This record gives sequence, structure tokens and C-alpha cells, in this order.
Amino acid sequence: MNVRIPIINLSIGGLLARLFLLFLVIIWTVPTFGLFVSSLRDKDQLIISGWWTAFQTTQRNEQGRTAPADEQIERDGVYVIEGSIFEEGANKSIVTYGGGFLPGEITDYRAGETITTEEGWSFTLNSDGTYVLTSPEPFDFERGKRFFYVAEIPPTFTFKNYEEVLNAEGLGQSFINTFTVTIPSTIIPIGIAAFAAYAFSWMEFPGRRWLFYLVVGLLVVPLQMALIPLLRIYNTIGIAKTYPGIWLAHTGFGLPLAIYLLRNYIGSLPREIIESAKIDGATHFQIFVRLILPLSVPALAAFAIFQFLWVWNDLLVALVFLGKRPDQIVMTSKLRELLGSRGDNWEILTSSAFISISVPLIVFFSLQRYFVRGLLGGSVKGG
Amino acid sequence: MEGQILEAIVAIVVGIAAVALYYVGSNWLLDRVFADRVAPDGTVIKAYDRLRERVRPWLFVGPALLLLGLYLVYPAIQTFILSFYNSNAERFVGLSNYEWAFNDPEFQQSIGNNVLWLLIVPFTSTALGLLIAVLADRVRWGAIAKSLIFMPMAISFVGASVIWKFVYDFRGPGNPQIGVLNAIVVALGGEPQAWMTIPFWNNILLMVILIWIQTGFAMVILSAALRGVPEETLEAARIDGAGEVQIFFRIMIPQVMGSILVVWTTITIVVLKVFDIVLAMTNGQWDTEVLANLMYDWMFRGGGDFGRGSMIATVIMVAVIPIMIWNIRRFRQEEEMR
Repeated sequence: MNVRIPIINLSIGGLLARLFLLFLVIIWTVPTFGLFVSSLRDKDQLIISGWWTAFQTTQRNEQGRTAPADEQIERDGVYVIEGSIFEEGANKSIVTYGGGFLPGEITDYRAGETITTEEGWSFTLNSDGTYVLTSPEPFDFERGKRFFYVAEIPPTFTFKNYEEVLNAEGLGQSFINTFTVTIPSTIIPIGIAAFAAYAFSWMEFPGRRWLFYLVVGLLVVPLQMALIPLLRIYNTIGIAKTYPGIWLAHTGFGLPLAIYLLRNYIGSLPREIIESAKIDGATHFQIFVRLILPLSVPALAAFAIFQFLWVWNDLLVALVFLGKRPDQIVMTSKLRELLGSRGDNWEILTSSAFISISVPLIVFFSLQRYFVRGLLGGSVKGG
Repeated sequence: MEGQILEAIVAIVVGIAAVALYYVGSNWLLDRVFADRVAPDGTVIKAYDRLRERVRPWLFVGPALLLLGLYLVYPAIQTFILSFYNSNAERFVGLSNYEWAFNDPEFQQSIGNNVLWLLIVPFTSTALGLLIAVLADRVRWGAIAKSLIFMPMAISFVGASVIWKFVYDFRGPGNPQIGVLNAIVVALGGEPQAWMTIPFWNNILLMVILIWIQTGFAMVILSAALRGVPEETLEAARIDGAGEVQIFFRIMIPQVMGSILVVWTTITIVVLKVFDIVLAMTNGQWDTEVLANLMYDWMFRGGGDFGRGSMIATVIMVAVIPIMIWNIRRFRQEEEMR
């Protein structure tokens, strides 16, 4: 279909409309972007500066000490203390220095400039943090001499937070738990729903219409309505807090949408296909398996994506039907616990949240077309 | 961990095999038991054929109906009944759970907040979704804009809660703010606020999260509906001198009214069930309690009060029923037009 809507001319109204849309897009994306950026920041920086400063080079006032006097060496008749005030691999550079045992203020001397002190020593601090202190006389002090400097810290990003949550916080295990819940809960309902959808579309049986109205009605029944009796049944027969228990629960809860979506699709296939197959002597079972199922792949995919996202993102069903032991807790449940116990550890929260939303985002962006098709086909459903 | 992956794979294989075996097996059995029989005079007896085709539909819908009955119909009826029972579901207590609710401040607060959510979230999401759908179709980067605004649909409510909790983060005055909202407030010369603890406004900030998620849904449905508005109608209005704003209100909105209602009711149901956001952000503290969270709370509070929990679920269900009836009627009308 060709798009016939005219592109707005660059009138004032058009410009305002564009700006407004841009504004909305920014509001919609900035929070997620901020989370992502924060998850890659050093945890010490994360708590003292906003994530929007993460791309700037920041300057910080710091202090350093020379090595103690017993590390001095004698070279060409002068006494020298040498070293670096930065640790190995520190990603910093000196801008200015001064003060402490040196004359002047922190901003008075630029990196590389040589200063002569009252004692007649000469001191040079280079931008890479190495320094040279020389004196014609031997040095005699116990602790290293203190001075101040302004350091420039370029933007730094790290995967350390991710390493920590995946291992120490047990999110890696939760990730697997979530997959364990999601995959069977997505696949099992598809087959069951497809057979039912075919029967509702192309087979005659008493009560067909009313049973389908029931399915339409069940689309919007709040899960809250089902939880307590199911929990009691589960406790009685002993499948509470087991994976098969939650697979079946998600299958049951996902069926109304699955049947509804698939019936819309299968019911709209041309009648001639089915009629001609029947004339050739095929049974309904053969027609369904050989003809309808292959034709329905787009609708099956649409539902599969829906159900996958719904189960992956679910918290309520997991809280009720699964345990919180490490080998069962799913990521949404884990995130919720972290929000309570590690509420101020933003390096943990941001990276955990990003891990949990990364899979849905990948599914979403790669299969968006099917997802939209599913939405349009099933917009009666209450989410 | 490997054991668990193996268990999951086995479960998937067993599950699929069981489903396949049932359908193949039951159909095979049916064809066997009621196989065509030949009468002594050489004609095929059709009676078996008819019988077979009368049983087969039930083989197809049987498992689905069984699961629907077991997981939705029966529990829903049972929940309604349990709402008249005491906390361990053993003694009939009449309306006393409902009486309790009417006098319980937490319950009243939940009803009030739910009404507030119902007034604000469906309207705002639908209106924004419609506006974006209209605007995005008119700019070259519209497809990207739509995709980005649609993105939160894929994010879990808990994930969204973490994202927004970070936006609302609060540090004492004088400290650098790491939450965007407080950073903006401070940059504009205001005092930073602990947003989640300020009654009424904290509700609004929780609603923002759901609006953020649901607007993309509204946009997609309404964008598709707008494509169905005949171009001739718009053209005719333009020739008659109607401005874009007039066209929007006088032509587009009436033309897509059906879809607007669908979006509105769908989001209304999401709002009635909103649970994860409140649980993760405040757990109902600072006057933010809602029915779904209160229901979950009572389900486990003090070992679990099934009577009160069922009662609250029933209240949510009662609010959903009008939409359910409307959906079924709309579906019947569509069926008749097919």
C-alpha cells in the first residue's frame, strides 16, 4: 500500500508538530538510555554524578605523595626521587598542580612545569603522573611529601557491573530459570490452540458459537480471578513451586488469546482450499496438518512472540506458582527483590534490569512486524 | 545449572511429543474404531462416517476446553464463591468480607486510586497514541519515531519500574542528583524531592510508567485504523478549506472511533490489573495502594487470607464484566457481517 499522506510543509504548524514529536521520542527513549549508560559506568562515579555527565571528561581535585626519602638514589651528584602517582593502568592525566610542600595553589603550575621549593629542591610533575624530585643535598624525611593536583578523567565504561550481577548476585542462574519457564510455556499452547482454532473455524459441532463466545469472554478475565483456587489445587496435588506447574498455568492463561488470534487467521483462509481437499477424500486431521498448519505460520509466529514476551515479563504468575529459591527465581522476581534489598546499589539494579530487558528488546526489534500483526489481530485482549 | 537446562529440554520434547501423540493417536483411533464398514451387498455404510465426523471436533477442541475450564472458568467461579468464605476457605461467612472492605481504609484507598488510574491512564495513553500516530505518518523519520515509542511494550513492568525509579531517584539537597527528574528540578532552581513519598503526586508518577508502556500500543492500533480513513474524505475536507486541526477533530477522530474504544477498553483492563509497578515501586506505601496489589498482599498476608483475597479479585472482576460483555457483543456483530 502506498502512503498517500502528504508530508507537512515547513509551516509554523508543521515545525511545531515535528518538535513535539521529537520531544515525545526523547521522553520515551531517555529513561532506557540512561539505564543502559549507567549500567556501564564505574560504580563509584555512578553515585556521585548523573549518567548524562558520563560522556564528558571530568576534572577532579586529588592529592598525591612522593615516595619516602629512603627510595632516593644518587645520580650525577644530585639526589633523585622518582615515581608515578597513578596506579598502573589508571586512565587519568594531570592538568595543573601546586600546594602542599610546593609553593602556590593547586591550579598554579601546569603539568610538566618545574617548580623550585623553599628548600632548594626542584620538582616536576608530568601529565602522565610521573614525577621527579631532585636536590643537591640528600633528602631527609620519613613520609612522602604531599601535594595537590587537578586530574582529568576521560569517560570510562566497564562491564564490571555485568560480571558482578551475573556471578555474585545470581542473575545468570535467574536468566536460565526464566528461559526454563518461557520456552515450554510458549510452545505448548500453540499446538493445542491451533487444533481448537481449526475446529472453531471449519468443523461443525453443537455449541460451537457459544463456546467461542466463552473464549472471547475469557480474553479479559483478570488473572487475579484464577490464582487462589489454583494455588489451593496446586498445594493439594503437590505441583506448587514446580516448573511443570507454571508451564501448565501459562498454557491455560495464554490459550484464550492463542485460540482467538489463530481462529481469526485460520477462519479467514479461503473455503475452497478446504472444500477441494475434502473432495479429494482428506480427513479434517489431514487437512489441518498438511494444509492449514503450514499456511498459518505467520499467525503462529505472531502468537509465539506475544506469549514469549508475556511469559518472560510476567511477575505475578511466577510469584504465585514458583518458589524464590535460586534454582527457581525468575528475573522479574529477582529484580523486584533487588529493588528491595539493593535499592541504592544502582550499578547492580541498572545492569540487572538491562539484562532482563535485553532479550525482549532483541525479540521485539527483530520481529516487530509479527508483533504488530499479532496486536492488530488480537486487540480485544486485555494484555 | 546444566541439569536444569537438560530438564527444560526434556520437558519441551516430552511436552510436544505428548501433545502430538494425543492428536495423532486419538484421530488414528477414531478412524480405526469407526472405520467404514462394507455391508453384505457391497455398499459402504455411511452411518460410521457421520458418527466419526461428529466425534472428531471434540478431539480437536477437547484439550483446549479442558485447560480453559481448569485454569480459568472453574477458578473464576470458585474465587467468587470463596469471597463468601473465611480466611482458610472453610467456613461460610456471608457478606462479611465485603462488609470488612467497606470499612477498611486500605481498601477504600485502593478503590480511590484505581478510579484515579482509570480516569488518567487510558485517556492519556490513547490521546498520546493517536497524536503520535497522526504526526508520525507525516514526517520522514516517522517509522523510527514509532518504533522507539513502541519499544516500552516489550519491557516488563518490573524492568520499567527500575528504569523509572532511577529517573525519580532522590539525593538530599546539596548532593549531586543522579535522577533526571530531580536534576532538572535543581537546574531550574527548585528543591529536590523524594517523589515516591509525596501522596497523590506519587500516584501520578506511577501512572507515568504505565502510560509510557501503553502509549505505543495505542499508537500501533490507531495508526492502522487511520490508514483506513479514505483519502477522498480528507481531500474533500481540504478542498473545502478545513485546516489540519479541524480535519483531526472532525474527520479522523470520528472515523477511528471504533478503534479508539477498543484501545481505551483494553488499557482500562490493564489498569484494573496493574500490580507489578505498584509492588516494585512503593508496595502500596505512601497512599499508593491499588486493588490488584492489595489482592496479592492478602493472598499471602499472615499465612494467606483467601476470603479477603477472593473478595478483592471479585471486585476487580465486576469492574471488568461490562467490558467483557461489550467485547462479546462487538464480536457477534463482526461475525454477522462476515
